[in-house]
Amino acid sequence: MASTRRSWLAGIALAALGAFSGARADAQELQFYYPIAVGGPIPKLIDQMAADFEKENPGIRIKPVYTGSYQDTITKTLTALKGGEPPHLAILLSTDMFTLIDEDAIVPFEEISDTAADKAWIAGFYPGFLENSQTGGKTWGIPFQRSTIVQYWNKELFKEAGLDPEKPPATWAELVEMGRRLTKKDAAGNVTQWGVSIPSSGFPYWLFQALTTQNDARLMNAAGNEVYFDRPGVIEALQYWVDLSRRHQIHPPGIVEWGTTPQDFFQRKVAIIWTTTGNLTNIRANAKFDFGVGMMPANKRLGSPTGGGNIYVFKKATPAQRAAALKFAKWVTEPERAAQWGIDTGYVAVSPAAFETARMKQYVAGFPAAAVARDQLPHAWAEFSTHENQRVVKALNDGLQAALTGTRPADQAMRDAQREADRILRPFK
Amino acid sequence: MPTRMTRLSANIHGWLLLLPAALLLGAFTHLPAVATFWHSLHTTPKARRPARFVGLDQYRTMLEDPVFLQALWNNLLYALVTIPASVVLAILMALWVNQRLAGRGFLRMAYFAPTVLPMIAVANIWLFFYTPDYGLIDQVARSLGFGATNWLGERDTVLGALMVMTIWKEAGFFMIFYLAALQQVPPALADAAALEGASRWYFFRRVIFPLLMPTTLFVLVNAVINSFRLVDHVVAITRGGPDNASSLLLFYIYEVAFKFWDTAYGAALTMVLLALLALLALGQYFFLEKRIHYR
Repeated sequence: MASTRRSWLAGIALAALGAFSGARADAQELQFYYPIAVGGPIPKLIDQMAADFEKENPGIRIKPVYTGSYQDTITKTLTALKGGEPPHLAILLSTDMFTLIDEDAIVPFEEISDTAADKAWIAGFYPGFLENSQTGGKTWGIPFQRSTIVQYWNKELFKEAGLDPEKPPATWAELVEMGRRLTKKDAAGNVTQWGVSIPSSGFPYWLFQALTTQNDARLMNAAGNEVYFDRPGVIEALQYWVDLSRRHQIHPPGIVEWGTTPQDFFQRKVAIIWTTTGNLTNIRANAKFDFGVGMMPANKRLGSPTGGGNIYVFKKATPAQRAAALKFAKWVTEPERAAQWGIDTGYVAVSPAAFETARMKQYVAGFPAAAVARDQLPHAWAEFSTHENQRVVKALNDGLQAALTGTRPADQAMRDAQREADRILRPFK
Repeated sequence: MPTRMTRLSANIHGWLLLLPAALLLGAFTHLPAVATFWHSLHTTPKARRPARFVGLDQYRTMLEDPVFLQALWNNLLYALVTIPASVVLAILMALWVNQRLAGRGFLRMAYFAPTVLPMIAVANIWLFFYTPDYGLIDQVARSLGFGATNWLGERDTVLGALMVMTIWKEAGFFMIFYLAALQQVPPALADAAALEGASRWYFFRRVIFPLLMPTTLFVLVNAVINSFRLVDHVVAITRGGPDNASSLLLFYIYEVAFKFWDTAYGAALTMVLLALLALLALGQYFFLEKRIHYR
C-alpha cells in the first residue's frame, strides 16, 4: 500500500517535473536540506540562490528542503540515511562532522575532485572556519553560514554608570569591575539591572568555550577522540563563570535562557550580553538605545569558538551528482555571493576575499559592527566537536549546568564530565 | 449438525469482522513492541559494526546510568503530583460550573481553553510567564515585594514549574468528563439528600463522588498515560536542563534514540516505559474496579 502510494506520488512529481523541465531529461537533481537558525527571510534567499544557480547551470536542478533547526536537520538527515535515501547535500553544523564520518554518510571534497584550482578554493577560507571542516588531512565540509560569539553592550547604561560608553571591558578583571558598577539594586536589595549575562540553556558548552579559549585552554584534540575537561585552565574558566554570579553577583543566578537573552538586553535588564553575531540584525532592529558590538574580553588571550553550518556532500550521491554538488558549493561561496549572504543574514562572510568585495566594503563602512566578528576570527578556535558528539556534549553541558546552579563545585563537575566523556570515547582511541 | 454449522459460520464471521482491526493492531502495535524487545537485547548497529547479541547488558547499563535514574525519579514525582492535583482541580471546576450561575458558558469555555491549545504553544506562552524579572509571574511577585526568581534556571524550581503548567493544561480536559458525568446525576438524589438534612460535603462524599467513580477511573488511566507520554513542553522549554533536573523518561528516550542514535539502548529504555505503563494500567483496573459502582 505504502509503495503504491509512493509510486503514485512519484508519478505526479515526475509529471510535474516533466512539465517544467521539458527536454532536460539528463538533468542532475540534487536534494538539499537546510536549517534556519537566525531571523530573516532565509527560505526566500535560499530559493533565490537555487534559481540563480540553475539559470547559470542548466544541467543541474537544486531542490532546497527546509528541515527545521540544526538539531531537527541532523535528525532528519540521519533518519533519511538509515532509510537509504539521504539528501545529496545538506547544511549541518560544522560540529556534526565526526558524527557524519562515523555513520559513513559523507564524502571528503578531495575525493570528488582534487585539482589545483579546488585546492586553492579550499585554501581561500578563513583557517578558523576550516579547523572544524577538516580532519585526517581531508576536507569534509565547506564553510557556509558561520558565526562567532561577540559581546553587545548598552551605551546608555554605561553612561549612567559613569563609564566610557566607547570602552567595553577588555579583560576578565575589567568585566568584573565594570559589571559591579553596572549592577543596580532597589531599596529592598533586589537586583533590577545586571552587569553581564552569558546564556547557559540548551548549549552552554559553546559560550563556555569562549571562556576557555580566552583562558588559553583547549577542550579537545583535532582527531576528536580526546577531551580535556579536567585540566586546570578549563576548571579556572568555569570557576570564573560561576563566580560572576555567586561571588561578584553581577550575573543572574542559575541558568540564563539563550532565547530570551536578547529580550533581556532590549528591556535594559542587563548591560552586557554575549551572544552570536547571527543576532546582529535582530539586535540592530529592536534595541531602542545606542549599543556597541565588540570582541569579548581577554584573559590570557582574546578568544571565541567559531559556530554555524557547513555544506556536506553525501556518499550515496552518484559521481555526476557529486560533481554537481561540488559545483554548487563553489558557486555559493564565491566572494560576491558570500558577501551578499553575510549582509542579508548577519553571518560572517567565510573568506577574506568576500571582505575585499566592493559591496562588503561599503556595508562595513556604514555599519562597522559587521566587521567585529571578522577581526575576532584570527583569535577563534574550532567549536567543540568529537566522535559521539551529542553524547560528549551532553556530559559537558550537564557538568556546566550543575556548577552554574551550585549543585556541584566547578572542579568536581568537570572531573565527572571528563570521566563520562572518557568512557564514551574509549572505542575511538 | 445444522446448529454446529451455524455456530462455526458465526465464529468465522466474527473472526473475519475482527480481522482488519487485529491485523492493524498486530502490525503497528504488537509487532513493534516485540521488535523493540528484540533490539534491546543487541548492541546498536553502526556503519562498520553490525548489531551483536548481548542479552540483558543494556538493562544492566540502565541501573548504573545516573541520567536514567534521575529521569525515572523525576517522572514518578511528576506523575504523583500532577495526576491528583489535576483530578481534584477538575472535580472542583466541574462542580463549580455545573451550578446555575451567571456567565456559566463563558466560565466553562475559559476552563476548557488550555486543552485546545497545542502543548508547544502553551510551552512558549509559559516560557515568558516564567522569565525572570519581567515575566508575568515575577511581575506579580514583585508587586507583592518579592525579588526575581529564575524559575526554569534552578534545579529546585524547574520541575515544579513544569508541573504547574501541566496541571493548568490537563485540569480543563478532565473537567469536561466530570461535567458530563455530573449532568447524568438525577436531581431526585439531591432533593432526597436535602430532605434528609445531609450536609453538602456529606452529599458529595456519599452520593456524588461514588457516582463519579467510573469517570474517575477513565480520567486516571488517561492522566497516568499522559504524565508519561507528554514531553513536548520539556523539548520546548528546558530540554531536560538544568543538569537533567527536568528530564522525563520519554524525553530521555528521545535523546538516546534520536540524538545519540543509540537505538538499542533506546529500545531497552522503551521496554521499561512500556512495562511501567502496563503495570500501572493493570493495577488501576484491578484495584479500582472493585470500588466502582456502575449504574
